[in-house]
Amino acid sequence: MATTYKLISSVTVGSGGAAYMEFTSIPQTYTDLNLVFSGRNTSSGDWFSLSFNGSSSNFTGRIIFANGAGVYSYTRNADEQGVIPNSSTTANTFGNGSLYIPNYTGSSNKSYSIDSITENNATTAYMTILAGLWSSSAAITSIRMTISANTFAQYSTAYLYGISNA
Amino acid sequence: MASTYEKIATNTLGSAAASVTFSSISGAYTDLKIVVVTGQNPLNNAITWQYNSDTGNNYSNNALIGTGTSAISTNANTQPRISGFGDLGSSALSSLIKIDINNYSNTTTYKTAIGRFDSIPKGRAAVNVGLWRSTSAITSIAFSFENGTDNFSSGSTFTIYGIKAA
Repeated sequence: MATTYKLISSVTVGSGGAAYMEFTSIPQTYTDLNLVFSGRNTSSGDWFSLSFNGSSSNFTGRIIFANGAGVYSYTRNADEQGVIPNSSTTANTFGNGSLYIPNYTGSSNKSYSIDSITENNATTAYMTILAGLWSSSAAITSIRMTISANTFAQYSTAYLYGISNA
Repeated sequence: MASTYEKIATNTLGSAAASVTFSSISGAYTDLKIVVVTGQNPLNNAITWQYNSDTGNNYSNNALIGTGTSAISTNANTQPRISGFGDLGSSALSSLIKIDINNYSNTTTYKTAIGRFDSIPKGRAAVNVGLWRSTSAITSIAFSFENGTDNFSSGSTFTIYGIKAA
């Protein structure tokens, strides 16, 4: 039986941090993709951005955002797709999240979802749920997570899994 | 090494259909995961699902829904089905639904499911928790729209995975 859920590749940020975590040359042999990440910002930003195939255009999203005091909803483009802890949160605390992309090789527009959280030994921490759509007929061959003008801290990780329904 | 994540069945619609059913679901797994990419035509009612052909008022569900401008919570009890938010907003294959059903085959407890319902054409991101008040093992799951006549678009994909803890 074919393996249904398989690790394609992983990224672990080294000392000095990294401006982004990226997967390129994604094989086109699976049905869905699941990117599971753990990250922390070395600076003050709380949000990460997303690009597919080097493009941050044609992204549309709806996000639900909770901060421990209230819950809100906003529209989204490719920016502010989810949250990671910033440098003022509890030390050594990394957020985590999951990006799921079904039918990533198809010619239809690409729907996707992201769940993400931060944690903090204080009154404020964040969680988000995002519905996204990348309006493109292109198969997804690369994915980049970026923190605008900031860096992912050392030990941030991302794992890309391929899921096959064949 | 034993496989812990296996495809049980997948259904790609060759033409529009009012319902999709996974039947004779094996009890050999611990949890189930369902991934649906679909559109809807016409746009009248919410997507729903039932277990084991049970049409009694044995279901309830809670939802957290983000519209892009507000986040709302809804509840429905004593229902004949578990329902997502309203219509999907488009016949395009741009709506993503993911459902996790844990411990689905036990015969002791009622069955809960947590689902993500995302539709950018409708402008919604949502989390849905559904309860089926039955101790029966889940052996079939049927998807339709509330009125029973709206259709899932041609090309829609419904895939059910089994996850093993042993």
